[in-house]
Amino acid sequence: MHISVNVDGVTYADEVEPRLLLVHYLRERLGKTGTVVGCDTGNCGACTVHLDGHSVKSCQMFAVQANGHEITTIEGLARDGKLHPVQEAFRTNHALQCGFCTPGMIMQAIDLLADEPDPDDETVRKGLEGNLCRCTGYQNIVRAVQDAAQRMKPGAGPKIEQHSDEHVTAKQPVGGE
Amino acid sequence: MTLTPAELTSAVSGGIGTSPQRPDGNLKVRGEFAYASDLWHEDMIWGATLRSPHPYARITSVDITEALKVPGVYAVLTADDVPGRNLYGLEHKDQPVLAVDVVRYQGEPIALVGADHPETALRAMKKIVVTYEVLEPVVDMETAVDDTPLHPGGNLVRHVPIRRGSQDVTAEVVVTGRYEVGMQDQAFLGPESGLAVPASDGSVDLYIATQWLHVDRDQIAAALGLPQEQVRLTLSGVGGAFGGREDLSMQVHACLLALHTGKPVKMVYNREESFYGHVHRHPAVLYYEHGADHTGKLVYVRTRMYLDGGAYASSTPAVVANAATLGVGPYEVDNVTVDAYGVYTNNPPCGAMRGFGAVQAGFAYESQMDKLAEALGMSPVDVRVRNAMTEGSVMPTGQVVDSAAPVAQLLKLVQDKPLPAGTSSDIRELPGGVSNTTHGEGVVRRVGYAVGIKNICFSEGYDDYSTARVRVSMVNGSLSAAVHTAACEVGQGLVTIMQQIVRTELGIERVTVLPMDTTIGNGGSTSASRQTYVTGGAVKAACALVRDKLAGRTDIGDEVIDETTEWRHRATEAIDPVTGQGNAHVQYGFAAHRAVVDVDVDLGLVRVVALDCAQDVGKALNPQAVVGQIQGGSAQGLGLAVMEEIQTSGGKVRNPSFTDYLIPTVLDMPPMSIDVLELADPHAPYGIRGVGEPPTISSTPAIVAAIRAATGLALTRVPVRPEHLTGT
Repeated sequence: MHISVNVDGVTYADEVEPRLLLVHYLRERLGKTGTVVGCDTGNCGACTVHLDGHSVKSCQMFAVQANGHEITTIEGLARDGKLHPVQEAFRTNHALQCGFCTPGMIMQAIDLLADEPDPDDETVRKGLEGNLCRCTGYQNIVRAVQDAAQRMKPGAGPKIEQHSDEHVTAKQPVGGE
Repeated sequence: MTLTPAELTSAVSGGIGTSPQRPDGNLKVRGEFAYASDLWHEDMIWGATLRSPHPYARITSVDITEALKVPGVYAVLTADDVPGRNLYGLEHKDQPVLAVDVVRYQGEPIALVGADHPETALRAMKKIVVTYEVLEPVVDMETAVDDTPLHPGGNLVRHVPIRRGSQDVTAEVVVTGRYEVGMQDQAFLGPESGLAVPASDGSVDLYIATQWLHVDRDQIAAALGLPQEQVRLTLSGVGGAFGGREDLSMQVHACLLALHTGKPVKMVYNREESFYGHVHRHPAVLYYEHGADHTGKLVYVRTRMYLDGGAYASSTPAVVANAATLGVGPYEVDNVTVDAYGVYTNNPPCGAMRGFGAVQAGFAYESQMDKLAEALGMSPVDVRVRNAMTEGSVMPTGQVVDSAAPVAQLLKLVQDKPLPAGTSSDIRELPGGVSNTTHGEGVVRRVGYAVGIKNICFSEGYDDYSTARVRVSMVNGSLSAAVHTAACEVGQGLVTIMQQIVRTELGIERVTVLPMDTTIGNGGSTSASRQTYVTGGAVKAACALVRDKLAGRTDIGDEVIDETTEWRHRATEAIDPVTGQGNAHVQYGFAAHRAVVDVDVDLGLVRVVALDCAQDVGKALNPQAVVGQIQGGSAQGLGLAVMEEIQTSGGKVRNPSFTDYLIPTVLDMPPMSIDVLELADPHAPYGIRGVGEPPTISSTPAIVAAIRAATGLALTRVPVRPEHLTGT
C-alpha cells in the first residue's frame, strides 16, 4: 500500500506491506533505530513515538495507519543541536542506565507533561505506567519528569524550550548535531 | 614529583566521589546510542534459530531439504556443520551449540537458517522436518538426582557441604521451614542481538551485547575450531544484562552462519525467544532449621537446599557455592550444617542473575529469622541485631570477615526512618488501584525487615583479574587520556567510573573511553558486583604507571605515554569438598530493607507503600550511580517478592512474554529513602565495596515479611500471588 507520512519533519512516500508494523517501518525503512523494540506485545513501551503529538506504542500500529499523519520519534526532539528539556532532564538526573527504555520514556513523559504541566509524584507515576524500566527502579525517572516540568514552565528557559506537546511535533527537518 | 590522588581530586572536576554525567547519556537520550539490535551491515543476511518444542526428546531425524529450497535462503545448518567442539559452558562444557540426537529443554537450538529477510528465515524454518521420540522429562529438583540421568555423569551438578562446629547440638527454641523460590528472569529490556562479519582469511568479527567478551570469544573459537585470535569481539550497546548475558546465546550461531555463507549475519531475538535464549535465576527448595537460646542467640543453623540448574550447568556450581557459603546470612552462628545441591533437570537452564545464589538463601534465612522472632516474642529487628555479624565475625566457611560488616547499623538505619503517612483514601494509592476494588476496607498495613549478605568478585580461588590500558597524549595543547578495557558496560555506568578514576589519578579532565573489545586482555565478567572493584583497580594501576612517566609534566609534546597492566584482587581459596571450610570470598557486601505494604486481605492484592534501604558501599565513587544501583536492585527484589516467575509445567514455559511475565511498573515500585554508608574496605581500591547485588537480596524477604505480618499467613514461597493470600 502507498503511504505518505511525516516523520520528524520529513515527509516520506513509501510502498509498504499492509502488515508492516510502524516500528519496523521506522527502524528498517527509515533507519530511525532510536525507537527500539523491547517486547513486541505492547507491554514495555520502549517503542513509544508521537502520532500527531500524542504518544502511541509503535509496535501496536501498522505503518499504514500512520498514513497522512505526523510521527515524532526520539530522534526528532532536539532543536538546533539542543536537547529537549525532557531529554536534558533524563540525562542530568541519572534517569537512565542501559538506556533502552529511555526513548519511549521520554516520548511518554512529553505527552504526560502536555496534559499535566506541573504533575505531582503520583501523576507522573500514573502517566508512565505503560513504560517499563528494568534498571532504575523508576526513582530518577520520576524525578527527571518533575525536573523537566520545572524547566518547561513559562519563563523557565529560552523560548525554544517552551514546547507544548503540539509544538513538539516537528514541522521542519530537524537540524544539527 | 608524583601527585597523590588526594591532591589531584581537587585539581579537576568529575573525579571520584562526584557524580559527573555519563559519557553515553547524551547519545542515549537522543536515541543515537547503537544497541546490538540496531546494527546494520551492507549485504547482511538474517539468522534464525529452530528450537525444540519438547523439554526432553530423542531426535530421530532432521531433514533440511525443503528449507534449503526456499528462495532467499543462504544456509541451513545443523550440528553436523559445527566445525569445532560442539559443547560449551561457563564451568562445564556440557551444552551443545546445536543439539545432537537429544534435546534437554524446551527451546534448545537444533538448526539455524540464514536468509535474506527475517520472514524468509522463518518460512524456511517451518520447512525443517525434525522427528522426535518424546521422553518423560525430569522436572523435580528434589528427586532429580535419582531420576533418569540426563548427562553422562548423572544429574548432580554440585553438592556443597559445610560442616562447622557441633553437628548435633540442641537448642531451647527451634524453628523449621521449607521455602521455595520461583524461577526469575533477568528481563533486560533489550533482547539478545548480534552481528557477525566474516573476513576473507576465514576469521570473524562479532559485534555483540554480552557481559564477558573474552570468555565468549574462547567458547566461540573452540566451537568454530579457530584459533582465538581469529575470533574478534566488540561490545555493542547493551540493553541491560543482570546475569542473563553471561552465557552464550546466539554468539556461535551468528558466527557459524557468517563463516558458512561468507556474508554478515544479524540475529535478533524477540521477547519470546529471549525467554528461551538465556539462563534464568535458579528456582530453589530450601529446608531450614534454626536453633536459638532464650535470649535469641543462634545456637545452630542446619539447611538442605536444592537449586534447579535446568538442562545445562551454566554457572550452577558457583551459584550453589554462594547459596551454601552465604546460607546462614549475615549472622554469627557457631554450629552450621549445610548441604546445597545443584541439579540437572529438563527445566530451562539456569545460571547467573543478580544476587546469584544469595537471593534464594536470603529469602529462606530471613523468613526463618522472622519465625524465630515470633517464637521468642522478640521484634524482627532485635533478633537480627542480637545475631548480627560484625567485622571479625567468622563465616560458616571459617573465613574471618576482615572489613566492615555493619549489619546492626544498617538495620537500625532503616528502622529509624520515618514511616509513610497512613493508608490513603485515594483509591489510586490502595491495593487494586483504579480497579476500584476497595475504598480502604480490608486493607491492612504492616512493616517487614530484612538484611542480606553477598560475596563481591569471583570466589573459590578463581584467578579474577582485569586488564586496563591508559594512554596519554597532548590534544589541542592540553593533556588528554584514553582508557581501554574489555570490561563490558551493560548500563551500570562503568564508563563513567573509569573516566572518574583517570581524572582523579592523573588530574586530566578530558578522558575518552575507547570501545570495549578483545584487542586488549581480559576484563573479566560484568557480574558479581565486580567491575568497579577489579576493572576500576586495573585502571587505577595503569594510571599509576602513566603517572610515573608523566612525572608531573603538563606538556609532553609529541610523546605518547601508553601503559597496559593487569590487576587482580587478593587471592581466594577453594573450599574443602567435605567440610566447606576455606577463605572462599574476597569481600562481603551488606544491605538492609524495611518494607511497608498495604494488603487487601480479602482480595489478596498487595501494594508496596515504601521500600527503604541502607547499604554500606565502602566508598561511593559515583554517589548518583550507587543510589541508582540500589534503586534498581531493590525493584528486582520487589518483582521476585510479588510478581515475577517463569512458570513451567512439565518443563514447558507457560508465560514467555511481558504480557504474562510481569515486572514491576512505576506504580508497583514505591518511592525509596536510601542511606549509603561509606565504611572503607582497606583491601579494595579506594575502599569500595561492590554495590549492584546486595539490595536485590534483602528487598524480597522484607516485603514478604510485611505481607506475612498483614495476613498472618506463613507465605513460604516467592513470588507471593493473590491466591496464596486468599487461599483460592
